[in-house]
Amino acid sequence: MPGLVHVTTTINGNQTDFLCEPRQSLLECLRDVVGMTGSKEGCNDGNCGACTVNLDGRIVCSCLVLGVEAQGGQVNTIEGVATAEGLHPIQQAFLENAALQCGICTPGFIVAVKALLDEEPDADEARIRHWLAGNLCRCTGYDKIVRAVLDAGERMRAG
Amino acid sequence: MRAIDYQAPTSLSEAVSIMATHGDRARPLAGGTDVLVQLRGGRREADVVVDTKKIPELNGMKLDNNGLQLGAAVPCFQIYQDSAVAAAYPGLVDAAGLIGSIQIQGRASIGGNLCNAAPSGDSIPPVITLGGEAHINGPNGWRTVAAEDFCTGPGRNVLENGELLVAIQLPAPVAHSGTAYLRFIPRNEMDIAVAGVSSSVVLDASGQTIQSARIALASVGPTPILATAAGDSLAGKAVSDDAIAEAGRLASEAATPITDMRGTIRQRHHLVDVLTRRTLNIAIRRARGEE
Repeated sequence: MPGLVHVTTTINGNQTDFLCEPRQSLLECLRDVVGMTGSKEGCNDGNCGACTVNLDGRIVCSCLVLGVEAQGGQVNTIEGVATAEGLHPIQQAFLENAALQCGICTPGFIVAVKALLDEEPDADEARIRHWLAGNLCRCTGYDKIVRAVLDAGERMRAG
Repeated sequence: MRAIDYQAPTSLSEAVSIMATHGDRARPLAGGTDVLVQLRGGRREADVVVDTKKIPELNGMKLDNNGLQLGAAVPCFQIYQDSAVAAAYPGLVDAAGLIGSIQIQGRASIGGNLCNAAPSGDSIPPVITLGGEAHINGPNGWRTVAAEDFCTGPGRNVLENGELLVAIQLPAPVAHSGTAYLRFIPRNEMDIAVAGVSSSVVLDASGQTIQSARIALASVGPTPILATAAGDSLAGKAVSDDAIAEAGRLASEAATPITDMRGTIRQRHHLVDVLTRRTLNIAIRRARGEE
C-alpha cells in the first residue's frame, strides 16, 4: 500500500508543504489537506470548471490533476486573487454586475477570467464566451457573467 | 479512486522499466484528463500511475525539415501557441483548439487522445490524414505504427504491456498541401463529436488539380477510420464540386456508425458526407494559400 507523499509547492506565492496519498486530486489536497476551500468540487470529472486553479501559468481543472503532480509547481487559487487592499477588479465587477447567485461556480470563473484578462484585457464577448466554455453556471444564464467580465476588462485597462 | 502508487521517471529507459515491471497494472499519465476520470470511475484499474511529463522525449516538440516530432505528453495549448507549428499544421490546430475546454487543453495531449482510442477522439483524424506515425518504445525496443493502425477498438490500442507511446511524428508539409478538421456537435463547445472528418489534400503547382488526398473519420465506427477509397477517388482529378461530392459519398460509405444518444446511423452518414465536402474545401483553400 503506497504511503503518504511529501509535496512541496508554491500556492499563491507561499511555499507550502503537504502530505497526500498519490490518488488524491490537487482539489482534494487544497480543500481537505491544506484547508483552502475556495476551489469548489462540482462534477469531479472536468466538465464544470468549479475547481479551476492556475497551475504553472495555465488554468486547469484541479480535479484532473493529482496533488503529487503539483510538486515544484506554482499553484494560484481564488484565495490569492484579492489583496490586502481589497477585492480584485474582476471580483468587484462580478459583485456590481450581479454575476453570481449561489456562488459555487464563482471561484472557478474568477480564476479562469483572471488568466484571460491578465493576457487580454480587451477580450471581446465571443472570446470571453469561448474562454469560459469550460465553466458551468446553473443560476445566472451567463449573460451577467459576460457583462461582468467586459466590465472587469475595462477596469483593468484603466489600471 | 482506490490507492495507487505514483512514479515520475525522468528518463525513457526508467519509464519503460517501470511499465515492464508492472505490466497491465501500470498506466501512463500525461494530462490525466481521461485516465484520472477512468481510474476514479472504475473504468480502468491500475496499481501504478507513471507520470510521463518529466521525460524529455515525451514532453518536447521538435519542428525541423523532417516534420514535427510531437512528444506524446505535450498538451494541446502548446501546439496552437507555437506559431511555427500552428502555421505548418493548421489541421492539427483545428482539433487541438476544440478538445474540451481551455482548462482541458492546458493538460490534455494529442498522444493521450490517441492512446485513449475513443472513436470520437478529435485529434486522431487529422493525425491520420497528416500521415502521422506513432513512435513506440518498450522492453523490446522501438517500433513504429501508422496512426490509422494505432486504435484497435473503443478504448483499445496496439500498445503491449510495458510499451509507451513516446512521440507522434508528422511528416513535413509538402508544397501546395492543406489539411482541415471539423466535427458536428449540437452545442458550440465542450461536447463529443456526433461525427468528425479530417481531409488533407496535395494540389499541383497551379492549385487546380488534386494530386493526392486523405480523408479520416471520427465517431462513426469502433475506431477512427481512414476512408481510403474516398481519398483515392480524388487523385489526379481537377478540383470540382463533382469530384468533392463523390469523395463525400465514398467517405459516407466508409462510415460504420451506430445509433446512440448522440446521433443516429442515418444522421451520421449524412454528417460524414457534409463534413467531408466542407473539410475538403477548407483544405483546398489552405493548400492554395487562400486562408
